[in-house]
Formats: sequence, C-alpha cells, structure tokens
Amino acid sequence: MALKASEVKVGDSFSCILVEDLKRTQIVQYAGASGDYNPLHTDEIFTKDVAGYPSVFAHGMLTMGMTGRLLTDTVGDGRLTRYGVRFTAQVWPGDDLSATATVTAIETVDGTPIAEFSVETKNQDGVVVLSGSAAARLDP
Amino acid sequence: MAVDRFPVEYSHIMMFARSVGDPNPIYHDPEAAKATEPGAVIAPPTFVQASAQFDPDYVLRPKIGAPWFGSGKNPTGAQPGSGGGGNGGGLHAEQHYEYHRHPQAGDVLTATVKPGKSWEKQGRRGGKLLFQETITEYRDQNGDLVVTARGIGVRTERPATAEA
Repeated sequence: MALKASEVKVGDSFSCILVEDLKRTQIVQYAGASGDYNPLHTDEIFTKDVAGYPSVFAHGMLTMGMTGRLLTDTVGDGRLTRYGVRFTAQVWPGDDLSATATVTAIETVDGTPIAEFSVETKNQDGVVVLSGSAAARLDP
Repeated sequence: MAVDRFPVEYSHIMMFARSVGDPNPIYHDPEAAKATEPGAVIAPPTFVQASAQFDPDYVLRPKIGAPWFGSGKNPTGAQPGSGGGGNGGGLHAEQHYEYHRHPQAGDVLTATVKPGKSWEKQGRRGGKLLFQETITEYRDQNGDLVVTARGIGVRTERPATAEA
C-alpha cells in the first residue's frame, strides 16, 4: 500500500528497529549477497592484526540496505525516487540499530505528490551511524 | 563498477533481501508480487550494489587462482588489488541513488562508470582523508536509464574508527 499525500504532513516521522545484536553471520550473509567480500567485514584476523581495527565491522551498504526497509515499508513498493546517505560512524557486531524517517516536504511535481524525507539510523548509544534523505511518489 | 551484463534474478534478489533483513514478499514471492503495484518481484533499493558480482575485475572478491589479501590460518601478507571498483581497501563514505524505475527480476542491466570529483580533507582521527566520487549509470535491455548511483569512497592514512 502506498502512502497517501492526504494522510501525511511535514514533521510526521516513521521509525523501526532494524536489528538487535547484529550478528557476524548477517554481515557474512550480506557479503555473499552483495559480492563485497572485503575481509574488513568478515575476517577477524585480517581486520585486527593487519588493518588495525578493533574487530570486523558491517558494510555501510548493509546499514543502508536495512534502513531502506523502513523507507519502502513506509512509502510502498516501488515508490522511492531517490535515496542517499552518508555513513557517519561504523556499525559493529552486537550493535542494535533503529531508523527514523521524517517528512521534510511534500510538493507536487507534474501533478504527482512527492514527499521528501530525512533519514537517520542510530546505534544503542544514540550515535548516528547513517544520515541521509529520500524522496517518494505518493498517492493523492 | 563497469558491468557489461547484470542479470537481475529472482533468487539473487531473495538472498539480498534476506541479508538486509527485509521480509517483504515482493522480494521473494512471485505470486504475492503479482498483486502489488509493481506487479512483479522488484529489487530492493540498494540491490544494484550487487552488480559487483558481475564485474570481472572487482577487487573485493577472491579470484580463482589469484592471491587474496584476507587471512587463512594466518595473515597472508598479500596486498589488495587495485582498480576494478569497490573502494579497494578504503571505506565507503556516501551512497546516493536516483530511481528512474525499480529493476525487476528478468531485467538485464549494464553499468557504466564515470569518475566524479576527488578531494582531500584532514580527518580528526584517521589522518589525511582522500575522497573519490564515482557515478554509475544502470541501463536496462532497452537502453533506458533505470538507476543512477553516486558513490563516494574514502581512503585513510590510518584506521578510522570514528569517522569514515
């Protein structure tokens, strides 16, 4: 079901929990599906001993993908026209992530209502790990 | 990632949606998808990133018979390859997508890559940061633009744990 312009207003926000206690296996699963096998995400020995990080960490694109679910669940299937993010902090195994999308504008473009959203994903400590924006076609 | 042939397949979409924790039936149930507005299994918003699977030169995938920089029993000392997309040992700073339409199972896409801007910045913890923008255009079997992607990768002098 698509979101209706008549049912939303600027300032409305939508939230959901994306993941609790992010598992290393989910990071491996994302590596396999996406094709990004960078050992920084799956290989603890390489990541600690060679690259110098405290542990493996999630692909930024895994966080962007998980956050995308909030957007598509909110606006409806196939309705996104734009989605862009900055990765502002790393996501580690064990993190809890929650995302919020807030309506920042609703305008009509060529007769079609378009909603603009700001998007933010935070970890269990309230640290913003992803920050961005999106736009979607609404029903009238 | 320049890719000559990126077949968008139902089972790949299913696996990708599972990996990002999205149970929406439009990504794994062709019958249920028929009843939706798109009317078919479509790709989730970040799926085109998986075109890496079809880039023969992608450096972040082990190649048969070639050295791999990840560890076996111990670190191998091998270096990451260069070129061929990804961030080649760097980190992903930003990603932006513009959807002209959403890819569906059955589409066969191509991806062409144009380098964008590059710039330098002094980081708080990671030393000097080198940014590189890349613009990728995904077109379908009719040559129509489907998704425009703009990615920004960053290379750091030292491991960056607080900023990318």
